[in-house]
Amino acid sequence: MTARTPEERHDGHRGRDGHGVPDGGHRPGGAGHPDSPPADGPGPLVGRSVPRKEDPRLLSGRGRFVDDLSEPGMLHAQFVRSTVAHGEVTVLDLDAVRRVPGVVAAFDAADLGLGDITARLHRPPEEFAETAMPVLARRRVRYVGEPLAIVVARDPYAAEDGLEAARVVYEEREPVVDEAAALADGAPLVHAAAARNTLVDVAPFATEGIDDVFAAAHRVVRVEARTGRQNALPLETRGALARWDDRAEQLVLRTCTQVPHQVRTVAAGCLGLDERAVRVVVPDMGGGFGLKCVVGREEIATAAAALRLRRPVKWIEDRKDALTASFLAREQHYDVRAAFAADGRILGLDADIVCDMGAYSCYPFTAGIEPLMAAAELPGVYRVPAYRVRGRAVTTNKAPSAPYRGVSRPQYVMVMERLFERAARELDMDAVELRRRNLITDFPYTGVNNITYDPGSYRESLDLCERTLREEGWYARRDAAAAEGRRLGIGYACFNERTGYGSAAFAQRRMDMVPGYDLAEVRMDPGGAVSVTSGTMSHGQSHETTLAQIAADTLGVALAKVKLHQGDTDRVPYGWGTFASRSVTIGGSAVRLAAERLGEKLRRLAAARWDIPWEETELHRGTVRRRDDPGTAVAYPELAALAHFRAHLLPKGLEPGLTATASFDVFHDGTFSNATHGVVAELDAETGGITLLRYVCVEDCGVAINPQVVEGQCRGGIAQGIAGALFEQITYDERGEPSATGFLDYKVPTAQEIPDITLFHLETPCASNATGAKGVGEGGTIGAPAAVLNAVNDALRATGTELDTLPITPEAVHRALHGA
Amino acid sequence: MKPAAFRYHRARDADGAVRLLAELGEEAKALAGGQSLVAMMAYRLARPRHLVDIGGLRELDRLRTDADGALRVGALTTHHTVERAPDSLLGPGFAVVRETMRWIGHLPIRTRGTAGGSLAHADATAEWCLLAVALDAELHVLGPHGTRRIAAADFFLGPYTTALEPDELLVEIVFPHPAPYAAVTEFAERRGDFALASAAVVLDRDGGTVRGGRVALGGVGPVPLRAAAAERVLADGGTFAECARAAADALPEEGRGAAYRRQLIRTLVRRACEEADAR
Repeated sequence: MTARTPEERHDGHRGRDGHGVPDGGHRPGGAGHPDSPPADGPGPLVGRSVPRKEDPRLLSGRGRFVDDLSEPGMLHAQFVRSTVAHGEVTVLDLDAVRRVPGVVAAFDAADLGLGDITARLHRPPEEFAETAMPVLARRRVRYVGEPLAIVVARDPYAAEDGLEAARVVYEEREPVVDEAAALADGAPLVHAAAARNTLVDVAPFATEGIDDVFAAAHRVVRVEARTGRQNALPLETRGALARWDDRAEQLVLRTCTQVPHQVRTVAAGCLGLDERAVRVVVPDMGGGFGLKCVVGREEIATAAAALRLRRPVKWIEDRKDALTASFLAREQHYDVRAAFAADGRILGLDADIVCDMGAYSCYPFTAGIEPLMAAAELPGVYRVPAYRVRGRAVTTNKAPSAPYRGVSRPQYVMVMERLFERAARELDMDAVELRRRNLITDFPYTGVNNITYDPGSYRESLDLCERTLREEGWYARRDAAAAEGRRLGIGYACFNERTGYGSAAFAQRRMDMVPGYDLAEVRMDPGGAVSVTSGTMSHGQSHETTLAQIAADTLGVALAKVKLHQGDTDRVPYGWGTFASRSVTIGGSAVRLAAERLGEKLRRLAAARWDIPWEETELHRGTVRRRDDPGTAVAYPELAALAHFRAHLLPKGLEPGLTATASFDVFHDGTFSNATHGVVAELDAETGGITLLRYVCVEDCGVAINPQVVEGQCRGGIAQGIAGALFEQITYDERGEPSATGFLDYKVPTAQEIPDITLFHLETPCASNATGAKGVGEGGTIGAPAAVLNAVNDALRATGTELDTLPITPEAVHRALHGA
Repeated sequence: MKPAAFRYHRARDADGAVRLLAELGEEAKALAGGQSLVAMMAYRLARPRHLVDIGGLRELDRLRTDADGALRVGALTTHHTVERAPDSLLGPGFAVVRETMRWIGHLPIRTRGTAGGSLAHADATAEWCLLAVALDAELHVLGPHGTRRIAAADFFLGPYTTALEPDELLVEIVFPHPAPYAAVTEFAERRGDFALASAAVVLDRDGGTVRGGRVALGGVGPVPLRAAAAERVLADGGTFAECARAAADALPEEGRGAAYRRQLIRTLVRRACEEADAR
């Protein structure tokens, strides 16, 4: 393992926060290339901050997003949406809509006759209630914003005029607006099939004798925590452009999704088409963060309208719908107890987790996405010998939940870190020291949750994070501030994060569709240039650069010779898209393996020419050369021309063409990234205002394929984590009406609210994949809420009050400070 | 979030704009920087059938100080123009006006939004409205029958409601008296948000001694309010802390967030007093 600041790793991109390199005494990791030459020179590309291949296009305004696309004769769609949270539609009259000037058509559920979107878990009925999400609501509406009808018009303005002309009469039902109401005796049911409004109810772990452990413990601490409902908020809202292609006999659906093949499956199923007859194409994407890794109803309805009208139809979600009627996440309630020994060892964990998943199960993950994640992974980085957990998903009359960057981990990490802080107070120990005593340090470690953790730098990241804040003088400043009556606090979060969930890990959730593996194809054209396809789907993560770095290194060609293709179900054989920090760990490994196979084919071609076994050749800088005589080499273009143009000269047993495919999957518990975040916060005692003064993140994602990309993922993730800690929340009133319809009310932090962030990269390479890389897309978001909350609570220490609810508002801080 | 259909008119001069407004009646709205109106139209919360674009009227984009010491702000002066105004245009007597601009939205909003647009929109927490009340501004309004002057105290009738008639155009804001010892402060969760609460304090100082002053509050009522009790404390020689307490104590105790808002006002008034006094 080795530790560096990103500044030192970057080639010509020095940050402004240069801090000392800790002397960890570790050797550089195996697969990285710390002594790489400059980005434009020859040599290995992996491990270097080569400039993003996407940037010339995206930074000069030449990116093409769904809303930039148009077709001759294209129409524009919008949706008539429910204005009540819960009710029966007794009248849905679209006649007046159809008479609005510019409106071409309006369809309701009956007009389109589409199949439902149904996500399934293979679990017994007491653990999982199967519910269907219709593309357009039929009689029953379950949240404000639920789509009832699609209006198609010659321009977006006329489409909205059409919406206003719809006549909808509701017979309102009592809405179920929160978890407590959902679980109350005699509560109205959101779905008839979900008794007690419970979609998922699992108790996967219950260590024998755990009650005795708690009874005999020196201390038992309890944390009851709640976190607010958030929107993942990609800057690009959802959207789709669909048209029927007569020649291809295909519906072409261009949409911004993280999971193109899964959208194809649902579109084909709902529309009654063969999957072959649906082509999903994804142009440039402006973010997704999980919200776009589920299949939405609107893109299917848009496709259906295009099919019906035989005209191109575009739908672009506006911000109001994006905030209120797309997918939300993160509204959870934890009631957790932890037992501790007198020496600070944690002895047991007993958790009850309820996730408010809103009105429907998302496809393909189901409403189990949040509770199953939390229940499986709560113990995290700590050696917890006894564990009992119940995890539930409840359904309410709110917009449904989907995965959002980190999925439950920002919440349960916050709960674990609160437990340690609280225990430290009760045991009168230093909270950092208490963590040290309980961190997993011997790997592989198999936890009480039956997960085997691969090596990480849990202890080292905490040590470095604390040392950094200490050496910068924040502890002294905190004490000096307290003497002046000011309130500074320091908070930490230690966590790990399973990245690269393979089929085995997803199968444990018993999903009907089991994601996990991915496919890659690497092809060399007759001139020696390389095309790579991957089943992953970059929506801002720089795959065009990082996956190309992997392919270019494997084949020994320049980065400019490699082009990545994603997001076209006709071009990519198959794939599971991008989510759960899987792309570089799994997709990158598949690219590496496919490139190795192509390399083998090149070596076989060259070996035949020299009449030697192919194993006695090697790839070197765009050539195949003899191992016994490195001066004898043949360049790729010559081999490529042979494979394509002179097939009659091919040696026996070798087919024409230069294409190789490979898949990669993880057959164990996956690989765990880890990090420690440290935050310094100051409270304004008079207003309750919260200012973050300092942010230090020490992350370990194994081999960083491109350190600059890793840094970008961390910084963006931390900003999103801070958003959940301090700012963003969609609340619902007693009628189930959402509070935020725009950015006035949905308080996204701006650059002015995000502090300077210093990043350190530790490197414990992944031993079980082809690149040594672990995932890093989500970690920033996971650590921030816990670290921020702990810092605020540290600043509140003198008051004796602790906050356990997110987002932390100035009003709550003020109340804590003044006891009002 | 696409506006309902409207007809667009472009005025050549202020008189022409008023003629258009008179002709088009209640269904017309004047469009200045568009920072509030266009967003409300996108949500279809506002649906004027006619927009009279006054954005090109250079005659209303001006900023000057009179010989008698009054500051005159043309209605189409952007927040950013005021924020960047040199001392020669905006002397020390009105530094508070310039410094208040930093509280308004973000830079892109300030480069488009105008003083007159903000006042005519009349959000209860808007900085221009608070300044107008605190500095006793006079609003010059052009109508079909000429100009009339409305005191700020009479201009704001309620949230988003002013004394402007549909065929009248706010053309100029006049701050009659320099206020060298004045400050505005506010609190919001994010920089650039509408304030949860705001306070403006104008001290009447004789040498080093405070003789009295004006205190105005934003975000605590339907319009910016003068805090009479707090002003009495200042006139009676009370401390800034006492003044702040009086401002807070006069606010309602009931209602969601009321206790916190009272605390905020108490803090903000005291801080504004101290800042004004430190000039």
